[in-house]
Amino acid sequence: MSTPASATADLEGGAPPSGLALPGGGPAAEAEAPHRWRAAVRRFLRHPAGMTGLVLTLLVVVTGVLADVISPGDPFRTVADPLLAPSGTHLMGTDNLGRDVFDAVVHGARTSMIVVLGVSALASTVGLAVGLVAGYRGGWADDLLMRLTELFQSVPRFFLVLLIVALFGAGLDNLIYVLALTSWPTLARVSRAEVLSVRDRTYVEAARSIGATDWRIAMRHVLPNVLPTALVVIALTGSRIILLEASLSFLGLGDPTVMSWGYLVSNANRFLRTAWWMSVFPGMAIAIAVLGINLMSDALNDVLAAYSQTRGKRRARRLRRRRPALAGAGV
Amino acid sequence: MNRRYVVRRLLQVLPAVASILVVTFAVVHAAPGDPVVAVAGESGDEEYYAFMREKFGLDRPLLTQFWTYSTNVLRGDLGVSFVQSQSVVALIAERVPATLLLMGSALVVSTVGGVLLGAMAARRPFGPFDLGVSTGALIGYALPSFWLAQLAMLTIAFRTGWFPIQGMTDARASYTGLAHWADVAHHMVLPSLVLAASEIALITRIARTGILAEMDSDYVRVAQAKGLSPTGALVHHALRNALLPVVTVVGTRIGFLFSGAVLVETVFGWPGLGRLVLSAAQTRDHPLLLGMVLLVAFSLVLANLVTDLIYARVDPRIRYR
Repeated sequence: MSTPASATADLEGGAPPSGLALPGGGPAAEAEAPHRWRAAVRRFLRHPAGMTGLVLTLLVVVTGVLADVISPGDPFRTVADPLLAPSGTHLMGTDNLGRDVFDAVVHGARTSMIVVLGVSALASTVGLAVGLVAGYRGGWADDLLMRLTELFQSVPRFFLVLLIVALFGAGLDNLIYVLALTSWPTLARVSRAEVLSVRDRTYVEAARSIGATDWRIAMRHVLPNVLPTALVVIALTGSRIILLEASLSFLGLGDPTVMSWGYLVSNANRFLRTAWWMSVFPGMAIAIAVLGINLMSDALNDVLAAYSQTRGKRRARRLRRRRPALAGAGV
Repeated sequence: MNRRYVVRRLLQVLPAVASILVVTFAVVHAAPGDPVVAVAGESGDEEYYAFMREKFGLDRPLLTQFWTYSTNVLRGDLGVSFVQSQSVVALIAERVPATLLLMGSALVVSTVGGVLLGAMAARRPFGPFDLGVSTGALIGYALPSFWLAQLAMLTIAFRTGWFPIQGMTDARASYTGLAHWADVAHHMVLPSLVLAASEIALITRIARTGILAEMDSDYVRVAQAKGLSPTGALVHHALRNALLPVVTVVGTRIGFLFSGAVLVETVFGWPGLGRLVLSAAQTRDHPLLLGMVLLVAFSLVLANLVTDLIYARVDPRIRYR
């Protein structure tokens, strides 16, 4: 730290000068970050609930990706007599039209996966962007963006989505846009709050004092500290999306050209007395996907909470033992 | 209760209502195709289209149209369902009582059940019962309500035959008076339990956390030092404060109860809004769906208002600075 150049690098990295205890002890965005992420990954791998969630989620993802390999052919085609009970040839039985329920469930995984990925990508981009700008800029931009966010939250999501899908048509692309449109506000609010909590930390001030641009500060110093919390919210949004998509197709507002779990469960309704398998297996698939993501986000909350906290806070947290993270899951 | 708080809270209703009107107007307006066709259906004749265009002032500037829309909605005119050719308000009003009955019973069951489970879990944190409840809550969260309804039929109704599975009353008998209500209650057991299930998971979590926090506070320790048993301290001292967070979320839960009720009703053939929404969704009956959006949105505004006012009444610390 003897030459000015290295001192600059140090300051920009946000590492506190030795011997100076910083209030809040902001985590270093550059130098220390990879190491912290690696520590978080290690903690996640040792988290039993998190690993269970990861395995369940991977099961769904792999099934979705390999759908055409596991169950080649059109899942809508008739392959056998209707309403056959599960057997060696038809693992999950057949439905009222002689379609294989196993094939349908496998292809349903692909639909769910596409919807969740599409919605999460769109909603997290918009949510993070709005949260960053509102929190970092403050002032009129903050006011405007937050009023806009409140506007999108003023109408209950499920019924708004019903109306929009009915008005605009139920294609898979439309579905993704509509769900994304109603999913970003939570993330925007949470990431704005996180930005506000780091915006005035010493390392941000330090970066500003050496002339770093707003863009650079936002991307390299603020965003990395918002990401841990954002990831948890994005995961929770993902599980809500699966349930929402399933509910929509249960009501007949899903894309009719692709197989979907909600459609399968709704189709089972009239045959409950004769064909339990038509309801049990697709429903179980929804439950597995949602449970997997919820477990993962719970675990992420546990491992990543330590990321942005000082050692003292971390210790207090450990003493309090695990906090029930799902209390706010109904978002 | 602080009068200033009440006035300011009441004033907050205005922007909330305005947002709802703006969002729904924007959605309907942005829909592809002729808005007259969207509102009146494709089967209407030219004369009807002209009438609708006149009524909604669709040839006028956007702001005028918004004004017309807002005054119509606030006056309670939500248009005519083009599938059932009846006024949307009448159709909804006819179905609301059955749904409210179901939602109300689910609200009571889940609140009481959740608080009981939460209190029992909080007695020994991280004990076997607590872990069991936490696991149950996690799984309860993951089950879609409409599938849980089918599971309840498969595992309980079909096996035991104790509960009727369709409708609200026994179609073969026409009971009156008390017997009628007993019949309704009998039909309501399974749907309300299913609807309450995922809510119980939420309330249990909130109640457990709240009770644990309060049991750790000084006034509870004093009560116990005076010789009260832990249960006595919980019931007489901690519970009142621990329940405040449970009260706060009631408003938000109304929204989930509405969507849950719609889904559960379609499985159990409950004659409430669920069937109406199902057929509206399948026939793309836009006016009816718009009516549902407005009904639920305004109910939420009202529920949140009532919750906040009750909250301020129970907890005198709440006030605007």
